Amino acid sequence: MGLKRRGALGLGAVGALAIVATGTTSAIAEGWKPVKPVEFVVMAGQGGGADKLARFIQSIIEKNKFAEVPFIPVNKGGGSGADALRTLKDNAGNDHMIMATLNSYYTTPLRNPGIGVNIEEFTPIIRLAEDAFILWVNSETDIKSVDDYAKVVKEKGTGWKMGGTGSGQEDSLVTTMLEKAYGLKMTYVPFKGGGTVAANLVGNHVNSTVNNPSEAIGFQQAGKVRPLAALTAERLPLFPDVPTFKELGKDLVYRMQRSVVAPGGLKPEVAAYYTALFEKVFKSEEWQGYCKKNALQCTPLTGEPLKAYFAAEKKAHEALLKEMGEIK
Amino acid sequence: MRRAELTFAVILGAFSIYLMYMAQIPPLQIGWVPKKGPGSGAAPFWLSLGMLICAVWIFWRGWRGITPQGRSTEPFMDTYTFKVVSVTVGSIFAMLLATHFVGAYVAMLAFLMFYMGVFGKVPWPTTIWVSFAIPTGIFFLFESGMKILLPKGITEPLFIPLYKMFVY
Amino acid sequence: MELLSHLMDGFAIAFQPFNLGMMALGCLLGLFIGAMPGLGSVNGVAILLPITFFVPPTAAIIFLAAIYYGSMYGGAISSIMLGIPGASTAVATTFDGRPMALQGKADYALVAAAVASFVGGTISIILFTLFAPPLADFALRFGPQETFALMVLAFATFVGLGGDDIPKTIFMILLGLVLSTVGLDVISGRPRLVFFDLQGFYKGISFIVLAIGIYGIGEMLWTLETSRGKVEIANHRFTYKRLMSALGDLKRAWGTMTFSSLLGYFVGVLPAAGATPAALMAYGLTKSFARDPEKFGKGDIRGVAAPEAANNAASTGSMLPMMTLGIPGSPTTAILLGGMVIWGLTPGPLLFIEQADFVWGLTASLYAANFVTVILNIALIPVFVWVLRMPFMILAPLIFVLCFVGGYAPDTRMFDPWLILLFGFVGYVMRKLDYPLAPLVLAIVLGPLAENSFRQTMIADLGDWTVFFTRPLSGIIMGLAILLFIAPFLKRFLSRGKTSTLET
Repeated sequence: MGLKRRGALGLGAVGALAIVATGTTSAIAEGWKPVKPVEFVVMAGQGGGADKLARFIQSIIEKNKFAEVPFIPVNKGGGSGADALRTLKDNAGNDHMIMATLNSYYTTPLRNPGIGVNIEEFTPIIRLAEDAFILWVNSETDIKSVDDYAKVVKEKGTGWKMGGTGSGQEDSLVTTMLEKAYGLKMTYVPFKGGGTVAANLVGNHVNSTVNNPSEAIGFQQAGKVRPLAALTAERLPLFPDVPTFKELGKDLVYRMQRSVVAPGGLKPEVAAYYTALFEKVFKSEEWQGYCKKNALQCTPLTGEPLKAYFAAEKKAHEALLKEMGEIK
Repeated sequence: MRRAELTFAVILGAFSIYLMYMAQIPPLQIGWVPKKGPGSGAAPFWLSLGMLICAVWIFWRGWRGITPQGRSTEPFMDTYTFKVVSVTVGSIFAMLLATHFVGAYVAMLAFLMFYMGVFGKVPWPTTIWVSFAIPTGIFFLFESGMKILLPKGITEPLFIPLYKMFVY
Repeated sequence: MELLSHLMDGFAIAFQPFNLGMMALGCLLGLFIGAMPGLGSVNGVAILLPITFFVPPTAAIIFLAAIYYGSMYGGAISSIMLGIPGASTAVATTFDGRPMALQGKADYALVAAAVASFVGGTISIILFTLFAPPLADFALRFGPQETFALMVLAFATFVGLGGDDIPKTIFMILLGLVLSTVGLDVISGRPRLVFFDLQGFYKGISFIVLAIGIYGIGEMLWTLETSRGKVEIANHRFTYKRLMSALGDLKRAWGTMTFSSLLGYFVGVLPAAGATPAALMAYGLTKSFARDPEKFGKGDIRGVAAPEAANNAASTGSMLPMMTLGIPGSPTTAILLGGMVIWGLTPGPLLFIEQADFVWGLTASLYAANFVTVILNIALIPVFVWVLRMPFMILAPLIFVLCFVGGYAPDTRMFDPWLILLFGFVGYVMRKLDYPLAPLVLAIVLGPLAENSFRQTMIADLGDWTVFFTRPLSGIIMGLAILLFIAPFLKRFLSRGKTSTLET
């Protein structure tokens, strides 16, 4: 109980400070420094999308000597991130741990109340990027636009196979949104990872996917898959010819957040240190180049706005999951 | 041995029933969901049923004396075996338990000292030499080389200067 | 010939002194990482990935591929020397490798593993060079239906592997399959079999924890009991003469190695299959086709050669879908893939055209890494044999400590060492009562693949299970599997007339 209260108090202070910190980072950052290696928990297994990203961030920190201690990626991808979330909870007050998140940050605690995690207890550090979702079909088909798509899927009904990642994860949420917007009903086939999903589309084992750009871009360049529309607010610079669903009159926007959070109950100066550090990472040449190449939308968010963003996203996911009948 | 064979089969049977119970707790479904194939509880449930059948089969074969264990009149463990197994399992248990408090390194050191020196009757100079060399080697391989941090418990502060020297 | 000139260019890149140095260093590191129970190529590649940002991409991937290669060899070392498979790919190597070591022929087994790995590696690289693009297309035709059929085929090879006690063998396979379902289910996203609401079970029970528990602790207890504290493994000094005689012994295994390499390569190329089923199938098939299957499991050199050739061939094979399709065949290739993306290379069908330097530099370095590792491996055999000569009362606690640390390392949580101790004790009791352990360990690896691909198919094909037989590719594989299932029964049926039953 005592811990919880301290965590809640700490959070408020952290949020307030982080806003100040964005302006005058260096002055505050001097207050606290890590004295031992920092564990960088990853909510995905080795080789997953979030893992690649965490290792990339680690290499940016090391290459540019942003920190004096090493950041050690620790994979805790088990149970759709349940393992990682629980670790972070059990480490409340640990100054030497941070975590790279994705959208299972919202969905896993909602779907598994048994793990007893409330993400509002954690300390938000920074949002580094948002990944886009695009609707893809195999290029051998005649489907050239979303209208064609909706028509064909209506005809085929449950015979139409949509491939994606595990049930209740991002791809299945996007599929539900699509179904609702266009009044469709398709069969959702879950696979283990985004790369496998894309390959199953090329091999014609599924009929469409909602892969992230980075997962399908190689196949697109080889002319094997065709993007129909993006679930973004604006057109992606890397896909200037691909319309957004918004342009097509459906308000479908969904993104995968790539953020960093820390355990709850941290002292404000500790949170300030990490925020300042990741702002440096964000501004680095490597990160900016990576954003461009993988069609990521990179706008940083820290402190209170980030907290508000997490809260809003959590609510949106809760509503989505309820609609799918995944939770009550 | 015969009694062990039969008892163990009963334990395995009970475990199978427990697994079957676990596999059907809602919302897990053990049946065939139309157009979706087996539900999420189906594989564990029906496979556990198979385990139960096998356990009964094993018990029956033991009872009738078809397996060599079912006919054996030797004790499951003689005094020597009992001592070796209980000391080994007990000391590993103690090592794991100690890790939670004093960290992996102290626990390993104590375990090696006890197991080699007291239990294994290895000459003390060798025991001491090896007991220090192994944790040191593990530190360099895991922490310094592979960047995998082991739990330190209350000994954490002692490692901070070491990190500075070797880990980064 | 265009291919040859590409390859020559590749060799020119691979043999630059800097790249060659990176390769040798990578092989050596990999060998040690692979030999540690609990650590495998995944750890090695993952940890060293950031280091490679300081060198050019080609040198980096050569380095990482060398680590990958080296640790594949290294996995066999702990299987043979300690009887603990360091990675799931090396489980099959313990079947005959461990008995050989106990007979004082550890060096023979190590030579066999090294040479077989070399053969597997070489054959697969040649196939890789010649047929990369068509094979990539073939791999794409593998959907969940085919993956499931392949798993059935892998299970069919179990039939030949089990002990004499049929109910106990079946029990262990089923137990492994059930334990593999613990944790969050990918398809429905729901937790299953979370015993006593322990958080640790959400993640599931990993192969490495089970294998270290059963082999590291369980087998060690068994050895302690049977040896009465005096384990004398008569190990000879490893000499040139013994090396030659080991190589002479291997002559019998040429056919095995070639067959296993081909099999391993094709299984490795398939996305989602990987080196573990490859090694297992190679062992199982070699045993069932042998004229003297009863010799397997008691220290037959072919039983070491088959899985080792297959798992190395498969690891080269899994590079193919990684580079051409961007799908990793194993966690390690997944990390390599991440590396490629970060270096600014886009894996995919165009990689071979746009980044020819990179692809052929890598191919050539795989040829070279193969040579380097086989030489290193044989040169280091005396060191390994020396370890086995240690007094048992020193070796045993050392192994226990390594099991603890090695079990903790992959997920860095204390829950795993506790599970290891539990599995170790239960495994020991099972060992005493003659429950075969290998089927349990392999079932936990193959279980999730089989269950998920089955359920994916059922969802995709709306519950119609006949697709496994009506799709041409999966139909063929299913047919093979059924043949393999009934083969031992047929054999027994046919030979029943000649020999009387054993139980009288």
